[in-house]
Amino acid sequence: MADLILKDVAKAYGDVKVLSNIDLDIKQGELIVFVGPSGCGKSTLLRMIAGLESITAGTLSIDGRVMNEVPAAQRGIAMVFQSYALYPHMTVRDNMAFALKIAKKSKAEIAAAVEKAARVLQLTPYLDRLPKALSGGQRQRVAIGRAIVRDPKVYLFDEPLSNLDAALRVATRLEIAQLKEQMPDSTMVYVTHDQVEAMTLASRIVVLAGGGISQVGTPLELYEKPENEFVAQFIGSPAMNLLPGEIVATGAETVVKLAGGSQVRAAIPTREADMGRAVKLGVRPEDLQPTEAADHIFEGRVEIVEALGEVTLLYFERQGEAAPMIAKLPGIHADLRRRQVRLAADPKKVHLFANGRSLLYR
Amino acid sequence: MLQQLVTAGLTIVVGIAAAFGYFYGSNWLLDILFPAGAAGDRATRNIRRAAAIRPWLFLGPALLALALYLVYPVAESIWLSFHGPAGRQFVGLKNYIWFIGDANIHSALINNFLWLLVVPAASTFLGLVTAALTDRIGWGNIAKSLIFMPMAISFVGATVIWKFVYDYRAANQDQIGLLNALVTWLGGPPEAWITLPFWNNFFLMVILVWIQTGFAMVILSAALRGIPEETIEAAVLDGANGLQIFFKIMVPQIWGTIAVVWTTITITVLKVFDIVYAMTNGQWDTDVLANQMYTWMFEGGGDFGRGATIALVIMILVIPIMIWNIRNAKAEMEGR
Repeated sequence: MADLILKDVAKAYGDVKVLSNIDLDIKQGELIVFVGPSGCGKSTLLRMIAGLESITAGTLSIDGRVMNEVPAAQRGIAMVFQSYALYPHMTVRDNMAFALKIAKKSKAEIAAAVEKAARVLQLTPYLDRLPKALSGGQRQRVAIGRAIVRDPKVYLFDEPLSNLDAALRVATRLEIAQLKEQMPDSTMVYVTHDQVEAMTLASRIVVLAGGGISQVGTPLELYEKPENEFVAQFIGSPAMNLLPGEIVATGAETVVKLAGGSQVRAAIPTREADMGRAVKLGVRPEDLQPTEAADHIFEGRVEIVEALGEVTLLYFERQGEAAPMIAKLPGIHADLRRRQVRLAADPKKVHLFANGRSLLYR
Repeated sequence: MLQQLVTAGLTIVVGIAAAFGYFYGSNWLLDILFPAGAAGDRATRNIRRAAAIRPWLFLGPALLALALYLVYPVAESIWLSFHGPAGRQFVGLKNYIWFIGDANIHSALINNFLWLLVVPAASTFLGLVTAALTDRIGWGNIAKSLIFMPMAISFVGATVIWKFVYDYRAANQDQIGLLNALVTWLGGPPEAWITLPFWNNFFLMVILVWIQTGFAMVILSAALRGIPEETIEAAVLDGANGLQIFFKIMVPQIWGTIAVVWTTITITVLKVFDIVYAMTNGQWDTDVLANQMYTWMFEGGGDFGRGATIALVIMILVIPIMIWNIRNAKAEMEGR
């Protein structure tokens, strides 16, 4: 139960820099999710907090105490691994009790802690089984139970759902959310590459990319006001469409002339100096609607239709761009294939990026 | 010398050529007898028949060799054990009664028991410790090669080496034995180590431990590397120290392999003969069953009956360990 502060933290393996300038202030009771593409260093950062990797530069403090040189076991953290990392030769009970036995807690105390965690995680009937006699979801619950019994200040989760199948992943995600509800004071750090997990679980998301933090914010902040093109395209699925253009009118509202010739209004204030500036206009597939009006963002022929029932995805080819233009329309529109469609969006839902950074933040 | 080398080389070439010839030729014959190119139903029948016969054809030579060199000797040993010294006169259980009552055999049995107690335990333990330690240091691979090297030395060769370690010269002479040189340098009197009753057994055992530690180390090192890294990291986070991680997390995960190594060495120990034969030939109360067997079988005119009886007892002692060993190894291979 504690604050966790990272100040200018960096990690390098010899000359290879993996992470740098990581500044993060995690408050007690938050569930922070590290998300990012593979190789962005999110697991490394988690392992640095855990004490399994050394910290090259900067400081890590938990509850005001600098933890850089404190051994992993004394940092007051518990970690849940992707591969569960259960001790295969021990029963569920012994797996959960191991840390307490090492800490020389009394038998009664250990039994009470294990029973309580087992009850919370619905593992009571399995306490005397070996891990190999459990399903994947049960194993992951044991791993979580092993963390709970230690009553740590900070819980660390390293892609805990990645080894589960799709249905179990959804169920276990809900269980973790409920667990967090039951322990509102505990601080959790959760690493995933799955943005659904990030969006549903996090109180705040940390997007990591290119060896640093891209943006920190609540899930909806990241969705509605991405700071840069990377976050804009990383959060949300399918990814946000980006169209090159040029600012032709400034003020409380900005008008952008797109490469295709159409002019688009964006509810983003700009200064006079921005006149003529090259920008990228971002619009999410779900914010696009078909229109008959002259005011539009894009017009083209539908190449592929993906009808998912609940929504329909339309793919358009774009001149000079590898990525297709994508629109996500509610309901079923299977008849749109090969048809010419004109798309428009609410000016409030449009994003503008100059040199990769959002014009909202400057 | 050169002629022997040439003969050996020639034997290898001819042997391998013959093996190839056999497999190729028998396969060719099978194809002629059951042509796969025959019409319709006959083709499938031929292929099925050939497939049923082929394994036996290929296994044939090995089965024959096993029968000739394993099954026949066992049968012959059983037959001999009920017969007199020359193997002609039927004596019933007389050899077995002698075995149960003979003082030398008792002494050899006790020594064998000591060997069984000490050597597998010591070799496995040292192998485990060296495996764990050499995995952690930079020059671990060099250390491993050095520890493994005695495995490449024959038992007799190893014994000769250790004879120089235990060598004894009278107190007024220069000691050429390593151990006595050390003892006299420290100010003690030189000892004839291999004649010291009871303890000399352990001096002989050291040789086998020296040889087998390398074997244990190599197998256990591979097993240790197979332990998932995360379980060790989890134990680190759970607050376990190095020793606790080793004994409570790592060793339990490789119990199966430890059992295989232990039993394999146990079987070697039951058969140990060369070391005792070359070092003391059973003098000074160091005899073991296998050496007794050799002595009775081939020395002083030979008593085939008694020699065969001892051989059978050794075999009976080995069988249960062998079965357990194979089971463990199988379980290990199937991932428990």
